[in-house]
Formats: sequence, structure tokens, C-alpha cells
Amino acid sequence: MKGYATYLLGRLGQFVLVVFIGINIAFIVTHATPIDPVEQSIAATTQFGSTNPEAIALMRQSLRELYGLQGGLWDQYLAFWKRMAVGDFGPSLSAFPTPVRVLIGRALPWTVGLLLVSTVISWMLGNLLGGLAGYYRNNKVLWLAGIVAMAFHPIPYYIVAFVLLIVFGYVWPVLPISGGYTMNMQPAFEPAFVASLLKHSILPVLSLVLVGLGGWFMGMRSLVSNVVTEDYVTYAELGGVESRRILASYVMRNALVPQVTGLAMSLGAMFTGAIITEQVFGYPGLGTLLVSAVHAGDYSLVLGITSVSIVAVSVAVLAVDLLYPFLDPRVRTAG
Amino acid sequence: MMFTIFRDLFRSRRSFAAGVVLLAFVLIIAAASLVSPYPPNDSFVVPPDLAPSWPHILGTTSRGQDVFWQLTFAIRNTLLFGFIVALVSRIIALAVGLVSGYAGGLTDRVLMSINDTFIVIPLFPILVLFYFVMRDRMSWTLLALAMACLGWAYDARLIRSLAMSLRTREFTDTSIFSGMSTRQILTQEHMPYVLPIVFSTTMNNINWSIGLEVTLSVLGFTDINTPTIGVMIYWANQHTAMVAGIWWWIFFPVALVVITFIGLFLLAVSMNEYIDPRSRLSRAAA
Repeated sequence: MKGYATYLLGRLGQFVLVVFIGINIAFIVTHATPIDPVEQSIAATTQFGSTNPEAIALMRQSLRELYGLQGGLWDQYLAFWKRMAVGDFGPSLSAFPTPVRVLIGRALPWTVGLLLVSTVISWMLGNLLGGLAGYYRNNKVLWLAGIVAMAFHPIPYYIVAFVLLIVFGYVWPVLPISGGYTMNMQPAFEPAFVASLLKHSILPVLSLVLVGLGGWFMGMRSLVSNVVTEDYVTYAELGGVESRRILASYVMRNALVPQVTGLAMSLGAMFTGAIITEQVFGYPGLGTLLVSAVHAGDYSLVLGITSVSIVAVSVAVLAVDLLYPFLDPRVRTAG
Repeated sequence: MMFTIFRDLFRSRRSFAAGVVLLAFVLIIAAASLVSPYPPNDSFVVPPDLAPSWPHILGTTSRGQDVFWQLTFAIRNTLLFGFIVALVSRIIALAVGLVSGYAGGLTDRVLMSINDTFIVIPLFPILVLFYFVMRDRMSWTLLALAMACLGWAYDARLIRSLAMSLRTREFTDTSIFSGMSTRQILTQEHMPYVLPIVFSTTMNNINWSIGLEVTLSVLGFTDINTPTIGVMIYWANQHTAMVAGIWWWIFFPVALVVITFIGLFLLAVSMNEYIDPRSRLSRAAA
């Protein structure tokens, strides 16, 4: 048990460090600019129609606090952290007076759902196919599956999503290419809405899975082809253990351990992929919100989304890390 | 030495040969930018919206630019971008990886904690935030440097794992006893051993940086006056080329960049297999 406790403490420390460094990068980036971002944002939002002077004063106040333009650098830094700690990013400039927190809260479930579903599908499918391909090395179908998975792997999320958009939007328009559900539909837990929800998620999920699959496939295939040459596998084969059982509990189980570490390591990149994909398909998550915030010059919203992204990914990594000991008993007993 | 390895790879691995051919094709197109009859930023130098035909073999854009010649500048800048990011991030990765693996102990733990942080942090929102505060001052070089500072961590971890095993080798002790400084040991003794893996990860790093550059440019979050593949697609989208039926404005940049990605990826994979001692053994046995 002592080993488990040390492990947990280490992972928690890493979690705190990721959040700390991430938020610091955000602070440095927002302070690296030579132009006054507050006046610029206010000018950008007020140029379209009039806003009442009270609202502008309130905006300026919260922006000045947020982007550290009051007091010395150290005061600015502390004020920045104080806002971060309570998750208060002030009101959104483009959707005034809705708080940034509300806008992010509305978008976050979409991103989490999309990321969760596509990660689970690509990780499981990639490991299963990769494991089979590593074990049955002469199987033609698996070989072909590998070629397809690897061909999509190096292409960035944006391009794959963009090509799918063109194919299913212009060439063969059978799937919805924009939004999270049919417009004017009331979100409710009923068959028609769920069907529309699923239909709209097909293309975003498909593009994320197509890109993500190859990495897991290749990793698992090479891990499995190394494990099968181990003595204990040969011993099991000689002992007459069924080949299906050898693959499942002797080979795959052991090869999966580094793949879980890999999952934790790649969550940041996959998050990036998800928000890029969302933007292509106008999926109502953080990615679409981020891009529209940039176009609207909404400073608080951009910073809010960046900070929430850093924290959200860190939490996801921590969750994977906490599950890891259940797969690898060495962590539980060590120390 | 380099040449023999290259010849070996070319003969023994079809994926390497395919990668070389694809990249050679891309490089030739990039080199053609030197003889382009039109300057990259001039618009309305040719009739707009022409379908692919002679003399405009890949058609012309709605901005009156020749797609083929525009493409030569775009791919050149895109490749150069990936190259600069890879070069700068390699220097950081080598420094962190070699020192961390050699020093071990607390130094290693601290450096690797920071390293893992950079692996995990979602870079896209940070780069968007960076563009947001820079706006018009955002330049191609600035983006390359920012990405290099964010994209070294994965390779540093790989280099560190190699450096750790080098630390335990006898020649390291010999170097220490013969009075070499740590810096000398790392740069003269350890560096040559990690360079092969650095070459292979360079390809992946270029892929990564080009991918992000294309994404940011298509959204218009970069300097849209330097032609890159992403900027080309950005302008095509601005003119709603797909709806207007000017498909060649989008199809050719996308196709060329996909060829680049697959070429670089094939090189990385085949070099990785070549370096991997396990596959070396099976090659010797075969």
C-alpha cells in the first residue's frame, strides 16, 4: 500500500505542476504583447454598434484586473492567480453580460463527450487491431487494416476533417456537416433528439478516430510482436494453452501497460485535435467557441478557454494515472 | 558512411524508398519557386478562375494567381517553417535530454517533471492565445519560435532514456577519468549515439509543426501575407472556392501537403525500424 501512496502523491504533484506551468505560460503570453490588449478589445467590441458606457467601464475594470494592468508586475501576477483560482473570468465581451464561465460551461460537455467517445473508440480499436496484427503476422486483412490506419495517421486533424467535410458536404451529401443537433430542435431526452445528436457526431468522431487509430495500432503491434518472443509465451504455447487465451491474457494484458501511459501522454494532443475538429464541423464545443471568440476580439473568453483547457486536460491525465495501478500491479506493491 | 546507410535503407526498405521519392517530388516543386514568373504576393497577374489547362496547369485562383506557381512558394515556406521549428526544438530537446539522462537524481526528476508538463499541455489554445495578443505583429518567424519552445518535450524524453544507458557504459567512465568536462562528454561522446534517433524524430516533429501551422493559417491565425499551404487554403475559403466550384484551388494544396506528410512519416517509420536493435537482429538472421 505504501507504494501506491507514493505513486498517488507523485501523480498529484505532477498534476499541480502542469496546472502551475500552464497558467504561467498563459500569464507570460498575455503579458508579452506590446499593445494594450484591453483598449484594443474594447475598441473591437464597441465598433459594432453602441454599448452603454456603464458596461464599458465594467468591462475595462474586469479586463484590467484580469490581464494585470493594475499595480506592479507581482500584484498583477497575484491578481491573475486569484481570478484563475475561483474560475472568474469576468463577463464575455462578445456576449455581454453573460459571464465567460457560463459560456464555457455550456460548451465544455460537448468537447468532453466528443473527446471521450473518440478516444475510447480509437484507443480500443487501435489496440485490438494492433494486437491481432502483431500476433497473427501473416493475416492479409489485418495487414491491409494496418496500411489504412497508418496512411491516415500522419495527416493533421484539420486536413482529415476538412476532406471529410468536402466529401460529405459537397460530393456525397448524406451526413450533417455542421452543428451539434438539428437546428430549432429542443434539446430533450427523446429518440428524435438523440438520433439527431448521434448523426451530427458521426463526422467529428470519424475524423478523430481516423487520425488517432494509427498511433495505437503501430504501438500495439510492435509491443505484441516483442512480447510473443518472450519465454513465458513459448512455454504457454508448448503447454497447450489455447492461442486465444495466450493472446488475451498473456500477451495483450502485458502489452497494454505502456499503452495506458501513452494514453495519458497523448491526451493534450488529442484535446487539440478535438477542438480543431469541432471548429471544422461547427460542433458547439470549446473549439468553435475559441475561434469565434478570437474573431469577436473577446479577450476574456479566449483566456478563459485556454485556462480551462489546461486544467481540463490535467484532470483527464490525472484520471488515467489513477487508473493505471489497477492494470499494473507492480505500482501497487512496489516500495 | 552516410551514403552506405542511405543506400542500405533505400534497397532494403520499400517504405524508405517510397518516402524519399515522395519528398523528392515535393522538394522539386518547392525548388521551382526560384524560377516562378510571378512574385508570390502579387494578385491579378493572370485571368481569375481558370480551370486547369495549359499554360496554367493547375488552374488559377479567384485572386488572379496561378495555382501551380503559388503552390511552389507555399510549399517552400511550409517546409522551411517545419525545418526551423525542428532545428530549434532539437537543440532544446538535446540539451534537456542529455543533461537529464546524464545527471540523474534530482536534476533528472525536476527536468522530467517539466518535460512531462510540456507533453501534456494542450498547445492549440495557447498558440491561439498567442496570436490573439500579438495580432498584426504575428509573424511567420515568431510562430516558428513559439512552436519550437513548446514542441521539444516528446523527443527530450526519448533522448534522455538513451542518455541514461550511455551513462552506465564504460567509455563514459573513461572520459570522466581522462578529465573531460561534463559538457565535453555530452557533446563529443554521447551526442553521436543519440543522433540517429534525433534524425528519425525530426521527421515526426516537422509533421507536427506543419500540421499545426496549416491549421492555424487556415483559420487566419497567422501572418496571412506569407504564402504557405495553410494560407492558400485560407484564401480559398475566404473566396468560398468550394461553393463557387473552384475545386482546384483547394484540392492541389491539400493533395501536396498530404504527400508531404506521408513522405515524412514513411521516412520516420523506416528509419526508426532501421535503428531499432531488435529489427537489426532479425535482419541479420534473415
